[in-house]
Amino acid sequence: MIGFENVRKEYPGGTLAVEDFSLEIASHESVVLVGTSGSGKTTLMRMINRMVDPTSGRITIDGDDVASLDPVRLRRSVGYVMQASGLLPHRTVLDNITTVPVLRGISKRDARTRAHELMETVGLEAALAVRYPAQLSGGQQQRVGVARGLAADPNILLMDEPFGAVDPIVRGELQQELMHLQRDLKKTIVFVTHDIDEAFLIGDRVVILRPGCVVAQIGTPQEILADPADDFVASFVGADRGTRSLHVERVDGRDIVVDADGRAAGVLTAHAAARSGPAGETPS
Amino acid sequence: MSWVLENLDLIAARTGSHLLQALPPILVALALSLPLAKLANSQGWLRTGVTTTSGLLYAIPSLPLFVLLPGIIGTSVRSPLNIAIALSLYGLALMVPAASDAFRSVSRDVLSSATAQGYAPTARFFQVELPLAGPVLLAGVRVVAVSTISLVTVGGVLGVPSLGMLFVDGFRRGIIAEIAAGVVLTAVLAVLTDALLVLLGRALMPWTRQRSVRRP
Ligand SMILES: Nc1ncnc2c1ncn2[C@@H]1O[C@H](COP(=O)(O)OP(=O)(O)OP(=O)(O)O)[C@@H](O)[C@H]1O
Ligand SMILES: [Mg+2]
Repeated sequence: MIGFENVRKEYPGGTLAVEDFSLEIASHESVVLVGTSGSGKTTLMRMINRMVDPTSGRITIDGDDVASLDPVRLRRSVGYVMQASGLLPHRTVLDNITTVPVLRGISKRDARTRAHELMETVGLEAALAVRYPAQLSGGQQQRVGVARGLAADPNILLMDEPFGAVDPIVRGELQQELMHLQRDLKKTIVFVTHDIDEAFLIGDRVVILRPGCVVAQIGTPQEILADPADDFVASFVGADRGTRSLHVERVDGRDIVVDADGRAAGVLTAHAAARSGPAGETPS
Repeated sequence: MSWVLENLDLIAARTGSHLLQALPPILVALALSLPLAKLANSQGWLRTGVTTTSGLLYAIPSLPLFVLLPGIIGTSVRSPLNIAIALSLYGLALMVPAASDAFRSVSRDVLSSATAQGYAPTARFFQVELPLAGPVLLAGVRVVAVSTISLVTVGGVLGVPSLGMLFVDGFRRGIIAEIAAGVVLTAVLAVLTDALLVLLGRALMPWTRQRSVRRP
């Protein structure tokens, strides 16, 4: 469990990145932070592993104030995946993945065995193990980033726009793999994105933030779509553009889901009709 | 040519002492430049100051420095220490700005990512920052090595044994072959050292030579 209690962060120079933020994130829950650029999401996330210390307020992990924990050990116990992967350019894929386990004192052999398993899990060919990051595509680098984040089997996984730099198709694959992983691993995930569809897909709960990390709305994707708190949220989730208000039209004997502008959004299938997904089921 | 063949022992001895004089200043310049560059990079005004000082230091003509330095540090003109200190100063003048650039060339994102993975500060410096600064550091060391090897010859004028002494002696006695041997061997030594450094860089920094591999 991660707790934010009246957290405030003012950077030297006077930028007020986080005004007064409180939130409880349950164990095994995935919470997605969305908000405009500069609203303080990265700052918020970095306060969890003490990359940034709050000006006032507390952050707790399972009840312990992180300020009382050794920052280096804390960071080794929290997975961190960042935009553009942040891989070490002078280490091979395998060495990047084994970095944290080795720092934690696990034998190189065991770390390597586990790294090979993880590479398979995140969809990386074994042959890539000996490559350097510069020899990988953006999507492959992100996969290595995810594998590295998971390598020490942390309970908490922080993901800061992890799929921001890849094309939509690869992003979709990575999202699916993450969801698949999360079903088995049940990590506590804090995920930052600008992509509201990604937020609704991955988040058990979604937090929509204004500048200064002021919460505009917190809720499940369903709750936010059903009842946007205000115009800011409505425009953020696209409700005001009509892309979220879907209706069904019957074409050639099939139920086609159409948005307010008359654009086809997908096909209604019996399976999808039975479920209550936030955005209906789009054909894949 | 016959002079060369008759004096192989002398040439070998001069080459040896030349190398022995060049090596310590190169190492000292590298070792001291790292903390100095880190310090300089910590403050904007310090960095400007250090870069300017280095430029001025390198502008001091070498022969006067060799002669004046003993007056300041109390060694004799021909003492190996005198030569070593003067050459180290020139080495530093080149190496500190190079090291400062080298550390600045390391991506801040990569460093912050390493911190996020749980590298302690010292481990992060030696295992991440230093290796990543390596290519630019190496470029600096190559310049320092070649410059030092050529500056060692100035000691020859003062009577300190080195390849420089061959051409000083050659001039005095009018032996063309001796002058040529001194000049050519100094150049050869510089080129070989440079090549050795390039090979060393490839061995120590394998990630820099793999760029050309095709992406899948
Ligand atoms: N180290 C720092 N020093 C000073 N100001 C900072 C620092 N890091 C961030 N800021 C400022 O704090 C504010 C919030 O930054 P932050 O990176 O947390 O935003 P963000 O929501 O992650 O933005 P983005 O979506 O663009 O990544 C910005 O105004 C930024 O300029
Ligand atoms: Mg950010």
